[in-house]
Amino acid sequence: MNDTICAISTSNGIGAISIVRVSGEESINIVNQIFKGKDLNKVESHTINYGHIVENGKTIDEVLVSIMKAPKTFTMEDIVEINTHGGIAPTNKVLELLLEKGCRLAEPGEFTKRAFLNGRIDLLEAEAVMDMIDSKTDTQRQMAMNQINGKTSDLINQLRDDMVQIISNINVNIDYPEYDDVEIMTNEILIPKIEKLKIKIEEILKESQNGKIIKEGINTSIIGKPNVGKSSLLNTLLEEDKAIVTDIAGTTRDIVEGQIKINGIVLNMIDTAGIRETTDKIEAIGVEKSKKIMESSDLVLLMLNNNEKISRDTKELIEMAKRKKYLLLINKIDLEKRINIEELNIESDKIIELSVINNKGIEELKNKIIEMFNINELEVKDPTYLSNTRSISILKKCLESIIDVEQGIRNNMPIDMVELDIKNIWEQLGTINGTTYEEELLDEMFSRFCLGK
Amino acid sequence: MYEIIVVGGGHAGCEAAYASAKKGHKTLLITSNINNIADMPCNPHIGGSAKGIVVREIDALGGIMGKIADKTHLQIKMLNSAKGPAVQSLRAQGDKVEYPKEMLKQLKSLQNLEIKEAMVEDLLVNNKKVEGIILENGEKIKSQIVILTTGTYLKADILVGNTRTRQGPHGEKPSNHLSDKLKEYGFKIIRLKTGTPQRIDRKTIDFTKLKEEPGDNKYLTFSFDLKPQYKIEEQLPCHLTYTTQETHQIIIDNLKKSSMYGALDDIEGIGPRYCPSIEDKVVRFKDKERHQLFVEPESRYYDDMYLQGFSTSMPREIQEKMVHSLPGFEKAKILKYGYAIEYDAIYPTQLNKSLETKELENLFTAGQINGTSGYEEAACQGLMAGINASLKLENKEPLILKRNEAYIGVLIDDLITKGIRDPYRLLTSRAEFRLLLRSDNADQRLRKYGYEIGLINEDQISNLKRKETEIKELLKELEIRKLKITDSVEKKFNEYSIQIPTSTMTYYQLLKRPEITMDFLENFESIPYSDEVKEQVEIYLKYEGYIKKAYKEAGKLIKLEKKQIPTDIDYDKIKNIASEARQKLKEVRPTTIAQAIRISGVNPSDISILSVYLKKEYPKYE
Repeated sequence: MNDTICAISTSNGIGAISIVRVSGEESINIVNQIFKGKDLNKVESHTINYGHIVENGKTIDEVLVSIMKAPKTFTMEDIVEINTHGGIAPTNKVLELLLEKGCRLAEPGEFTKRAFLNGRIDLLEAEAVMDMIDSKTDTQRQMAMNQINGKTSDLINQLRDDMVQIISNINVNIDYPEYDDVEIMTNEILIPKIEKLKIKIEEILKESQNGKIIKEGINTSIIGKPNVGKSSLLNTLLEEDKAIVTDIAGTTRDIVEGQIKINGIVLNMIDTAGIRETTDKIEAIGVEKSKKIMESSDLVLLMLNNNEKISRDTKELIEMAKRKKYLLLINKIDLEKRINIEELNIESDKIIELSVINNKGIEELKNKIIEMFNINELEVKDPTYLSNTRSISILKKCLESIIDVEQGIRNNMPIDMVELDIKNIWEQLGTINGTTYEEELLDEMFSRFCLGK
Repeated sequence: MYEIIVVGGGHAGCEAAYASAKKGHKTLLITSNINNIADMPCNPHIGGSAKGIVVREIDALGGIMGKIADKTHLQIKMLNSAKGPAVQSLRAQGDKVEYPKEMLKQLKSLQNLEIKEAMVEDLLVNNKKVEGIILENGEKIKSQIVILTTGTYLKADILVGNTRTRQGPHGEKPSNHLSDKLKEYGFKIIRLKTGTPQRIDRKTIDFTKLKEEPGDNKYLTFSFDLKPQYKIEEQLPCHLTYTTQETHQIIIDNLKKSSMYGALDDIEGIGPRYCPSIEDKVVRFKDKERHQLFVEPESRYYDDMYLQGFSTSMPREIQEKMVHSLPGFEKAKILKYGYAIEYDAIYPTQLNKSLETKELENLFTAGQINGTSGYEEAACQGLMAGINASLKLENKEPLILKRNEAYIGVLIDDLITKGIRDPYRLLTSRAEFRLLLRSDNADQRLRKYGYEIGLINEDQISNLKRKETEIKELLKELEIRKLKITDSVEKKFNEYSIQIPTSTMTYYQLLKRPEITMDFLENFESIPYSDEVKEQVEIYLKYEGYIKKAYKEAGKLIKLEKKQIPTDIDYDKIKNIASEARQKLKEVRPTTIAQAIRISGVNPSDISILSVYLKKEYPKYE
């Protein structure tokens, strides 16, 4: 980690100023070589210095240079930030000069990586910084900020603290079986504690999924037979929000056809072209494809034709959709009604009637989505929660392990067996913010219980 | 000229000398006092939670501790018998006269072993290789390998009240110079501390005020080869009493007189977290109304009763007051006073997994000198040092037990990977695979190794093989055997308040139910296998889900253990590793990625960087 790295830290392109950041042992020395003004080697830490960047006596740009000396910096190394006058050409020139003088171009995220490696931030915070850089809306930014401040780590740590008490109690019972002044943890005492834990994890998970929605958007698919009006609906929705139709790098996946924003939340519309292209009937292959698409959707919009009877394939699709958040869209209500919705046995609040061609029912659809995902609330809530997929999947695994714990208790397994699953959850939670130490557990045991010869 | 010299005759030294002599190597055991061979200077137990499993492991490998304990104990118990099989562990009350006597007899019967009374004060070192030892009187004795098992004897100081006396346990002579010499040879030496409570005259205790704690009502042995050598009804009981408010007041009033609380201002040693003195307990747990004390017999041949839980470094007159404040001890006579002891130890990250030191070739260390505490911890290290020293003489690879194979593996890996803060004691909670490391299956885990290295004979191994075959047979049989639900069967189920199966089920399926035991099924049809075989089958069926999960986890570990780190790796060349991690890696020099992960201060990101580096620089290692 000895080399000094540099990169343009502001987004490339238009802007009043741009910042070139340099980090590493040699950063001050290197910048000093291209800087005309005070001797940067002699200025105090955490000061801003006026001057010029020069090459062979020729001024490149008028700049402000911030000097931040280790260890009180983001990377815990010496950092220099050069504020240039925006514009691609001068900023790139500054960067080039730095590279010439011995800097290495930073890899994406390398400043954060250094901050992490030098112990400045934990794993969760490192991930949050990356999110922060990628954030597009205020809520995203706020959420990332909270993670940087360690709020999420606190939340996880609190959960783990509760658990370590249970675990250490059971372990003390095992290792000191004859000590009668230690409470004997039994399955009965355990049940309410586990229930509480489960609720807490579920809460975090729910909020985290909201967090994921804020960060990544809602993956939405429109499923239905050819010519039922899928592309019309897609185009109608997209047209209303032209601003973000195209080119959203980073969050988009190959199959996303476009993005729609509803009250600040992004809907990622998943491409259903695969189904569109199949022939008249929904063949087996169409059903299979639909199923696959549904699997990766957070919201399924299943579209039916008001003018047609419901086919068996469609019924199968409806059954599949029921496993997800879904809405049943009855299109073409301007045509004669031939559909028999009653036979589907579906709650009426899942059904929206519309005529895409006539722009009828579109607002209703949007309102329904807002309601389903609590979008209005998402905006106001304190977004302290985990927002990345890795953390969420760990939490989900923890929930599965809780089910194992409950099953063990129900089957009257000895508590030391049940403890194996509890410890597993505790360890998994630790991997969310990167702290799993056996020693932690031992310390807890010996500080809480009075043991010994 | 000897092949192996073992320095120290405690539990580590005995196992080391026994293993190397039994393997046919000419061995010299040097002890300061032959009467103190296999002495138990502190508590009188052999075994205990986790430790009892270690004793079984020692026996499975061909060591001797379990057999001697079986032949001499005063009482034996299965701890945690109401809990799952993974945490059950044997504990015996040893006889402090009989145990050492029997050990000495066994050692004396070995052809290749000589025992000598002397004090070792230096090593013969040539070019970073050990070639023997130098005695106090300057005499030099050569050997190919030296095993140090010096216990608490390195610069030992006994602390009572405001006095510090340079001596070992029982007032024995300590070794004054050896630890300084080790320092000169490049070892990092640390100072540790432990303590022991009073011994009370049995005749002066009023046992009517104490609660009796008898041995188990079932015959038990540590050894896989021995039949029980005792009679259940002849076991001696332990007793239970408690401290009183008066005891606590005496301690608080006199706290400054305790060596540990200000009477001595030059204490460096770090005491064990899990073995606090009674002063510590009263100070740290102010709200506790009373503390439990166990009163344990030390021998059939004398009256000393060990007062477990009352370890102290108070001056003698205060100890008198403290003891007399205990119910049943109003008139008790103290035969030996409690004391604390400070001693030097080697920081254990300086060892290889074989227990050979990294600093000096052909030098092995085992037991308290490596920073552990406890007879069983010492014995198992002694055994491993003895085995690996022998294997080295035979030009064979050392025997390294993995964390998923034995508590011994957990202990040694912890020591050399994590180092220590206080004297290390084995605990069940230290073993992540405790479900695999059970007391009942130590033979199946380890006998094969004992056989390969020559400490387990043909008879012993064929007994094990027979047992393993029978386990398989019984499992098959249970899959076929069915229980038809007849009236009489229903009656039995009702009698035991067990829910009646709705249809005919195989015994295999029935035993999966937590409430149905092999014993219960024998009401209907006898199952003609030994108790050990039935036990194994029952554990397997009852806990299959958990066991499979544990094997899966262990599989991940094994995979990581296979990722070897070359010994010549230069950590300074790896870019991007966090500085704390780099320093720790340089200190421990882990041999596998799995071991590197366990070093505290080495984070997952460091491991990824290390793995990438290895892949790039040492393609053949991946």
